[in-house]
Amino acid sequence: MLLNINKLNKTFGDLHVLKDINLTVNEGEFVAILGPSGSGKSTLFQLIGGNQIPDQGEIFLNDELINGKKGFISYMPQQPSLFPWRTVLENVVLAAELKGKPNYEEAKQWLAKVGLADFENSYPIELSGGMKQRVSFIRALLSKQNLLCLDEPFSALDEFTRLKMQKWLLSVWEENRKSILFITHSIEEAIFLADRIYILSKRPAEIKAEIKVPFSRPRDERLLESSEFFTLKQEIFQYIREEITE
Amino acid sequence: MRTFWQRGGKSFLFLLFLFILWEVLVRLTETPKWLLPAPSDVLKEATVGFDTFSGHIFPTISLALIGLVIGSSVGLIIAIILYRLPKVNELFYPLLILSQNIPTIVLAPLLIIWFGFGMLPKLIVISLVCFFPIVVASMDGFRQTAPELKHYMQMVGASRRQIFWKLEFPHSLPSIFSGLKIAATYSVMGAVISEWLGAKAGVGVYMTLAQSSFRIDRVFLAIFFIMLLSVILFGVIRLIEKLLVKGRNEGA
Ligand SMILES: Nc1ncnc2c1ncn2[C@@H]1O[C@H](COP(=O)(O)OP(=O)(O)OP(=O)(O)O)[C@@H](O)[C@H]1O
Ligand SMILES: [Mg+2]
Repeated sequence: MLLNINKLNKTFGDLHVLKDINLTVNEGEFVAILGPSGSGKSTLFQLIGGNQIPDQGEIFLNDELINGKKGFISYMPQQPSLFPWRTVLENVVLAAELKGKPNYEEAKQWLAKVGLADFENSYPIELSGGMKQRVSFIRALLSKQNLLCLDEPFSALDEFTRLKMQKWLLSVWEENRKSILFITHSIEEAIFLADRIYILSKRPAEIKAEIKVPFSRPRDERLLESSEFFTLKQEIFQYIREEITE
Repeated sequence: MRTFWQRGGKSFLFLLFLFILWEVLVRLTETPKWLLPAPSDVLKEATVGFDTFSGHIFPTISLALIGLVIGSSVGLIIAIILYRLPKVNELFYPLLILSQNIPTIVLAPLLIIWFGFGMLPKLIVISLVCFFPIVVASMDGFRQTAPELKHYMQMVGASRRQIFWKLEFPHSLPSIFSGLKIAATYSVMGAVISEWLGAKAGVGVYMTLAQSSFRIDRVFLAIFFIMLLSVILFGVIRLIEKLLVKGRNEGA
């Protein structure tokens, strides 16, 4: 087990955000976290990233307690958060640079692989939204941590670009099989991408359900039209409906 | 670049218009030259009397430049120290602001008593007027770092030192350059004023001499020169900024 979170609780003042969260991610597994806006999904990442300290509970990465410890995860934020004064190449090595000398050759290979070879020396201002997210993802990949945490990476993109980026992410991931923890509030996105889905309740967020996604890999967009996909979507929607009624 | 010329061109034409107006008014009203010379008189003095003036140019330029470099470097270092050490900031920032209520000009005679008529007291005056805009502009720049970028750096485990040098400092370059542009104009002014108080050569000295002999045309020549010098300095800094600040929206 790569990541093991045990009875995690977090409050901000009077605001109880996370309640008794238990969660695991296995080696090479793609896990999605699905929850309503404001439920505390990003807060969970802040805790895993060591940027916030939990009130109770433990976070283990490779059996090591990492409560409040920084620098153990690769991270891709909701906004691309590229540095405007760095070129694409300089941007993708940023996270690696914090740990030592970055490998520029590998960075260039990755950029070529995702179709950004011609943009190595461009500045972020010259890129489209989808391209920026690809750069941001490569930056996370190159930082070489075992766990990749993606916080709603595609939610700011339009529908067309989003589907393209989801397929792109799957294709890159097939080759690489890094463990991924992926936050989203789109049911379809969670099913399409993940091996397992945790559904969070509204605040204070508890794990409402854990769902195994049975579809084989590699997946493509035909899956999105299949009846099995639709049935699973319905099932998940039941849980979410309970959260929005009440 | 073209829009720059369009805009600059308009200002230039307007300036030309003002000069012509000035010329015409002086001629129509037959204002005596010792009261207000026409632009053409100043221009004539610039060519005929250039030998008298030329010896004063270099000392002022070098004084302003050295003062600007010292003042800005000190300002930047102070800003970095204050920003990175909040405790020191609490103690010194109010004092720093208070110190700006003392007009530097009144310090000048004191400095001359202490340090004589050489370069040193003048450089101190110029540095004093230059460093403050740099401190304020840099501190503002550091503070206004985009929060999502800072959050990203914290999440991937950057140290405070890395966050400052890789993010906050480069992020604040445009701000620092705005401070530098203000400081540059101040430095020319500071150089001339400090020369008024006593120097062997310099535009300030030339001005005092011209004034005491009622050569108003020479006073105006000096004023035009000071303006020109400020504009050139401003332009050079703008150029360096363009070379250093990359990938951002072009400001005005
Ligand atoms: N540092 C903080 N201090 C105080 N309150 C916070 C802090 N961080 C988050 N919160 C609060 O915790 C709650 C959960 O926030 P969080 O960002 O984790 O939600 P989220 O599930 O990621 O939402 P979204 O889907 O909109 O991104 C919010 O009400 C937020 O205001
Ligand atoms: Mg969030």
